Amino acid sequence: MKYVDEFRNIETVKNLSKKIKSVVKNSWTIMEICGGQTHSIMKYSLQEFLPKQLTLVHGPGCPVCVTPLEVIDKAHFIAKQKDVIFASFGDMLRVPGSKTDLLKVKAEGGDVRIVYSPFDAVNIAEQNPNKKVVFLAVGFETTAPANAMSVLEAKRRKLNNYSILSSHVLVPPAMHAILSSPKNLIQGFLAAGHVCTIMGYEEYFPIAKLYKTPIVITGFEPVDILKGILATVKQLENNKFVVENEYKRLARKEGNIPAQKTMFEVFKITDRSWRGIGEIAQSGLRIKDKYAEFDADKIFKLESFKVEEPKICISGEIMQGLKKPSQCPAFGKECIPENPLGAPMVSSEGACSAYFRYKK
Amino acid sequence: MCLAVPGKIVSIDKSNPEFIVAKVSFGGAIKEINIQWLPNAKVNDYIMAHVGTALEIISKEEAEAAIKTSNDFAEMQNRLDDELIS
Ligand code: SF4
Repeated sequence: MKYVDEFRNIETVKNLSKKIKSVVKNSWTIMEICGGQTHSIMKYSLQEFLPKQLTLVHGPGCPVCVTPLEVIDKAHFIAKQKDVIFASFGDMLRVPGSKTDLLKVKAEGGDVRIVYSPFDAVNIAEQNPNKKVVFLAVGFETTAPANAMSVLEAKRRKLNNYSILSSHVLVPPAMHAILSSPKNLIQGFLAAGHVCTIMGYEEYFPIAKLYKTPIVITGFEPVDILKGILATVKQLENNKFVVENEYKRLARKEGNIPAQKTMFEVFKITDRSWRGIGEIAQSGLRIKDKYAEFDADKIFKLESFKVEEPKICISGEIMQGLKKPSQCPAFGKECIPENPLGAPMVSSEGACSAYFRYKK
Repeated sequence: MCLAVPGKIVSIDKSNPEFIVAKVSFGGAIKEINIQWLPNAKVNDYIMAHVGTALEIISKEEAEAAIKTSNDFAEMQNRLDDELIS
């Protein structure tokens, strides 16, 4: 009995796999949006539980991967300043800019600190009144409210030495961009569960309808992902194109409204460039003028800073599902996790790194 | 980056109404998590935490299932690897 109990979930996976195989009649291409899902798919070899007719492609849902080179270079410029403490989530440290990365800046004497949450950075600012503390605020709708809250908290504590270098991106406009591209191959989407925990999923109804594409909200566990795939395939085989929620334990239609309020108190929607992909209209967040004193772009006068992307990395095509990492000539050769040429090889959520680690 | 981890609320500090924080246990490790967006959260509730904020309350069973599924799969992966090697 204990044995059965311990492996209950694996049985669930095998059953889901059987169900998916029995439903699939045609070939379909499904994109998982979120980098966390990409990581799970590769880590648990979920493709092996799927019939050959199903192709999973990995979407642009790794914030580390889509943060523009320009922002990375700005981060390096700020982190090198003598009077600055630069705080960042750990996974941004090795992202290559055009000349360096944060780890090298740190090795050369920059005060770069890894934080678990933006509130850690606010605390650092309070403890170091003679330093300017800058937090690299990247991420999707899941992370943006916390980063917004850090600005409100810094204001409440009357800190005049805290700012954020913000480069937030929004998921639905990226889905629009992918689906409206003439080269689009995607026929169904697994939507990112935690983005929907915050934002709800009403924004997806018009997308599913306009592009005749099923969108299924799901989580990150293997069972979640397979349930999401089953629901998507059922729709595709039955010519249905609706939004379904397979992550009811965490995602509600209206999302987390207080968190949305926090986010839109500090940020407003703006055009945003995505690394490797280019500019997508109304796809990002920027700090409202009302909070300009917390905007590192303004404090360090970096608003007109521009950098060209190098041509070698094909991450843009990978993140739109047009190519697999193994089709990049640099994959596993010049570009490896220890020496990444592009961001998707840095983050464990990046498609190139997930391929390299689990599917060499 | 959007991942969230389940933890159990041990205590709540409402002394600052604009920044309500809870001490949350993640398998025994205690961290401070902002629970501002979950006005109904109480001690002993399970929450999903992301970069220092609580996104949503989940049931105890869901929290345990989330941890267990990952463990089961790690176990299964090892067994598959063993089978492939032997
Ligand atoms: S393998 Fe490296 S160079 Fe090629 S797309 Fe991935 S990150 Fe870019």
